[in-house]
Amino acid sequence: MLKGKGIPIFITFLVGMIMIISFFIPHKPFGDIEKISLNWYSIIAGFTMLLGVDSLIGMHFRKLKRKDENWFFSLVLILGFTATVVVGIIETVRFGTAFDDKSYFTYIYNYFIVPLQSTMFSLLAFFIASAAYRAFRARNFDATLLLITAIIVMLGRVPLGEQISPYLPKFTEWIMQVPQMAAKRGIGLGISLGALGVSIRIILGIERSYLS
Amino acid sequence: MGTTIGIWIAAGLTLFIYSFLYKDNPFYKFAEHLYVGITAGYWIIYTWAYVIQPMLLDPMIKNKQFILIIPAFFGIIMLTRWFPQISWLSRWSIAFTVGMGAGLGVTGAIQGFILPQVQATLVPLTGFNFETFNNFLIVFGVLTTLIYFYFSKEQKGVLRWGSKIGITFIMVAFGASFGYTVMARISLLIGRIYFLLSDWLKVLR
Repeated sequence: MLKGKGIPIFITFLVGMIMIISFFIPHKPFGDIEKISLNWYSIIAGFTMLLGVDSLIGMHFRKLKRKDENWFFSLVLILGFTATVVVGIIETVRFGTAFDDKSYFTYIYNYFIVPLQSTMFSLLAFFIASAAYRAFRARNFDATLLLITAIIVMLGRVPLGEQISPYLPKFTEWIMQVPQMAAKRGIGLGISLGALGVSIRIILGIERSYLS
Repeated sequence: MGTTIGIWIAAGLTLFIYSFLYKDNPFYKFAEHLYVGITAGYWIIYTWAYVIQPMLLDPMIKNKQFILIIPAFFGIIMLTRWFPQISWLSRWSIAFTVGMGAGLGVTGAIQGFILPQVQATLVPLTGFNFETFNNFLIVFGVLTTLIYFYFSKEQKGVLRWGSKIGITFIMVAFGASFGYTVMARISLLIGRIYFLLSDWLKVLR
């Protein structure tokens, strides 16, 4: 009985209904439920991070143990992880928080994570350019419309656009405020209605795929 | 001294990543794996410092908020996935978080998005001026976009034309988002090149 899906479905129903009911009763103890539940959600998510890290490190540890191809890079990953955690613990003991401006943990963030992250994302500028080229080659009305809009928006946001025509930034603003807004709103409404439907199905126990 | 070493490390890692523009190579792989490892470690410490300690341990130990045993219990049983014999317990945690998300989803979707967006779309369509024209385009665009995503009936006749106009609006929106994304990436690229030329090589002042 305990191992079945009955208890989880009941928990989902109960928690879901409490969340909905609390929305309509803005008095204690219901009034604070949304804020409290978001804190609880963060706490549970914090524990799940251990599962994710275990999966990541476990996979690379196995690659290292088997001496698979590129095992050296798995070693780099494990050493990077271990060093960061060890430094974090030491600096927490030393300063009370690892995020102190003078800590080596902040040093790792500033000189390893920040440059690696922003460079990784900036690399996408080149690949987006090649994707745009491929989209342009599609040679149909929709693809051309997409690309022309993208070019107008890009030019309208830089000084060069204003040099070409003083109307270009205004036209860009109009695209953002009217046709772009309309489609974005339509897509958003579709997503929200879909999310609403799925949420109700989950609470009522009709949708159970998350338990498999 | 520490700053100088840091700048050299950051510059080296930046160049390692950009070496991928030539082709996949060991320098890129090194930087990529280092990034994943360090980031995973960073988030462990971050979760401890900003979630577990201030939201769970401190209130429970210092303020005696023993109600927090409930999320702690659900968090701990999530870890039973490590033990196949009792891994079914983790379903309770998943059910708890999914129920919470679904409950917030119902109220959040209606109150946070659907009603405000419908309200914003109910704009005046009277008079002959540019504002009315824009308002008409917004209403028309929202309706045709919704028609494009309406799959419960075969798209024939009015629905087909509505859907065709809807995809035109959607393409304009995607184009605008694409342009924005490109601009954001290029500004990051400029930032990295500026770092290399200014902080590292000191060519720019």
